[in-house]
Amino acid sequence: MSVTYPTQLPAAEAASHGHDHAHDDGSKTVLGFWIYLMSDCLIFASLFATFGVLGTSAAGGPAARDLFDLPYVAAETALLLISSFTFGLASIALQAGRKETVALWLVVTFAFGLGFIGMEVHEFSHLMEVGAGPGRSAFLSAYFTLVGTHGLHVTAGLVWLAVMIHQLFAFGLDGVVRRRLACLSLFWHFLDLVWICVFTFVYLRGVIV
Amino acid sequence: MSSNLIFAEAPRASRSPLRSYIGGFLLSLLLTALSFGVVMAGRVPPGLALDAISLLAVAQLVVQLVFFLHLGAAPEQRHNTVIFILTALLITTVVSGSLWVMHNADVNMMPMSSMPER
Repeated sequence: MSVTYPTQLPAAEAASHGHDHAHDDGSKTVLGFWIYLMSDCLIFASLFATFGVLGTSAAGGPAARDLFDLPYVAAETALLLISSFTFGLASIALQAGRKETVALWLVVTFAFGLGFIGMEVHEFSHLMEVGAGPGRSAFLSAYFTLVGTHGLHVTAGLVWLAVMIHQLFAFGLDGVVRRRLACLSLFWHFLDLVWICVFTFVYLRGVIV
Repeated sequence: MSSNLIFAEAPRASRSPLRSYIGGFLLSLLLTALSFGVVMAGRVPPGLALDAISLLAVAQLVVQLVFFLHLGAAPEQRHNTVIFILTALLITTVVSGSLWVMHNADVNMMPMSSMPER
């Protein structure tokens, strides 16, 4: 237990600003980050709309039904869902001020996220091998753009996770680290939300229609 | 876990954060399994299956928004919730509007077979 100041503010800041500025803690940053996430939602919304329009335009090439391997996608989904849960466990440890436990769950989250990205890269390379690359049809262009954008987000999340694990040990559980972890937590759970839409409306729907 | 009010960030979590995350995780697992089950069983008619997985997806989105992202009506959650609802409205407009307009254009287009090579 190295934490003496349980609030969001670092010690020096708390001393100089006093308690009347208690509302000016990390919560505004987190709210601002939430607004960024909502704008990210709009990017995904337009990509989903594009996929919705082009999803059946296979141009005589392989269609969703011929390409998608549902058990494989289910495994990817499980990895991402578990990683979202383990991040939740890290958040709980963060509130309890247990640095080592936070680090442990962040590492576990990183491992599951890395597993997800590994599976996705393998899936993409397989599709390109069988001649179903992004240039093959409008359906595949829309597919690679949408799923690839999600994958890039998860990759960015992995980099961020690695940085935060480092900062955890470099700075301890200070206000800045707590605030950044709160933002990363939103980011990571948000990516799981987007993936729900991906596996439903891209993979499952693609196999039905 | 009961002294949450000390923490500036804590009100985002409800009474028992651990229970909240476990509940959300189990519900998400169940809803995901149901979605994949409906499609992989292959016995559900396509129209019905599409409705079912759409409903299950919405249900799981709500579950994760509440249990993982802590959206709700409590005062400290209200900002996030209101911003999300506005965004959801925009998303619905963009997605359903695009699909509607493009479907309409598709229906009214000249058949591809009578067109020259694009």
